[in-house]
Amino acid sequence: MAQANSIKAFLGQTGQIFRFAGRFFNQVFKPRYEVAEFFRQCYIIGYRSMPLIGLTGFIMGLVITMQLRPSMVSYGVESQLPAIIGIAMVREIAPVITALIFAGKIGSSIGAELGSMKVSEQIDAMKVSGTNPFKYLVVTRVLATTLMLPILTILSDAISLYGSYIGVNISGNISFNLFWTQIFNNLAYYDVIPAFIKTFFFGFAVGIIGCFKGYTTQKGTAGVGRSANSAVVISSIMIFILDLLAVQITELLGFN
Amino acid sequence: MMPAVSNKSERDRGQPKETVLKIRHLYKSFGENHVLIDFNMDLYRGENVVVLGKSGSGKSVLIKCIIGLIKPDKGMVEMFGKSIPKLNDAELDQVMARVGFLFQSNALYDSMTIRENLEFPLRRHMLDITQKEVNTIVMEALKDVGLSHTVDLMPAELSGGMRKRIALARTLILRPDIILYDEPTTGLDPVTAKEIIGLMLDIQKKYNTSSIIISHDMNCLRLTGDRVIVLMNGTNHVTGTYQEIINHEDPAVKEFFE
Ligand SMILES: Nc1ncnc2c1ncn2[C@@H]1O[C@H](COP(=O)(O)OP(=O)(O)OP(=O)(O)O)[C@@H](O)[C@H]1O
Ligand SMILES: [Mg+2]
Repeated sequence: MAQANSIKAFLGQTGQIFRFAGRFFNQVFKPRYEVAEFFRQCYIIGYRSMPLIGLTGFIMGLVITMQLRPSMVSYGVESQLPAIIGIAMVREIAPVITALIFAGKIGSSIGAELGSMKVSEQIDAMKVSGTNPFKYLVVTRVLATTLMLPILTILSDAISLYGSYIGVNISGNISFNLFWTQIFNNLAYYDVIPAFIKTFFFGFAVGIIGCFKGYTTQKGTAGVGRSANSAVVISSIMIFILDLLAVQITELLGFN
Repeated sequence: MMPAVSNKSERDRGQPKETVLKIRHLYKSFGENHVLIDFNMDLYRGENVVVLGKSGSGKSVLIKCIIGLIKPDKGMVEMFGKSIPKLNDAELDQVMARVGFLFQSNALYDSMTIRENLEFPLRRHMLDITQKEVNTIVMEALKDVGLSHTVDLMPAELSGGMRKRIALARTLILRPDIILYDEPTTGLDPVTAKEIIGLMLDIQKKYNTSSIIISHDMNCLRLTGDRVIVLMNGTNHVTGTYQEIINHEDPAVKEFFE
């Protein structure tokens, strides 16, 4: 019984999120365009996330290289290390880990910010001040997350591979040029492009779910915490679902 | 800075009555909860109407219906002779620029400074205004509420009474013709409450605005209410002057003054 109810609640919520996304697409192309607020959000969501994404990317590249290295050595394929790391990072690890960190940082802050604006009637106050709050708050943020996550992922790709280069050099020795030549020789367009495209969807998911959760917060400060929390949980799950879909689609299209 | 609080009845009011807001047969339900059932009222230029009603009687719902934050199920809301539900977005924006709303919770934007809070409605409604004009208007509005020194602070750095005054300044910044106050003095100490009431009267005198004031505060009612409407069972149960209401026979009305 309880399970039936929670499945019902889940489906109901999924429907609401899709309707919310529909409202986004309905409004995004109609004036008035909130350009200034959009750039402000890009700065907050993109630029201010760079240190975190850079740091985690660096450690990720370094650690994965150090972990993989012993097995590679024992199989005698140590020289393939840069190629393998490059493919793994660019195709899967960097996009997904970056998206998850992004969901944790940005999804929760959007959920909490819009949630507290909702319960303290600031969203209503915007309506009274002649502003469409959906455009001003939701459209700008969703556009910013959609466009900034791909950029952050490229940053993460580059820094994690640099971390990997350092990792290789801790116990081995490879020149900077050789390392990058090996990586680029083994990366094809069909490694890079689908991985890049899916990050737009990840970014969109984080933005739309964070905004949905915040915008529909129930009264009370407990509601704000719950919104922030479920924004992270749902968008993290969504990232994995989208990742699964992406791999299926690229396979169907023969990009492998 | 604070004006002497004068009793409303002592003030002269000779101008002919111009109706700025007209509500007829307003209904609003939330599911089975019928909040407004055939509510009617008029608001004339330059007058203050106090709406009195128990907690949960639908006072906030009423003024949110007026300003369009809640869509009524049926009924007529007419402002400056224009029917609100029939307006398109641009026309509605124009009418709404002439209406101020003071939220029960102040609803200051807490990620913005006081200056940005006050600039927000200006920039939204007046697209071709220059930065210099904005600065002048903002500083004047802050001077009106006696808080010029807070211009670069964040709302969280102010006390409750100061926040209420900033919210009032933001409500008034577009010089509205109609102001809707949702419990302007609730939760304030009597001295601060009196200051807020003084400001409200001051502004009304200065700009000849009309106001709907929701309040439980008897001081506020006595000092500001030209007319009083008792909201009960979703309708305008009793309407009258302050004197008529406090001497009213109806036991349900008497309850408010015990
Ligand atoms: N958005 C909403 N959805 C559902 N019910 C609502 C909504 N807003 C108000 N109500 C209900 O309408 C009724 C009137 O609420 P309202 O906030 O207008 O009361 P009030 O007279 O302002 O009370 P108070 O003096 O406590 O502020 C309440 O029963 C409330 O539960
Ligand atoms: Mg209320």
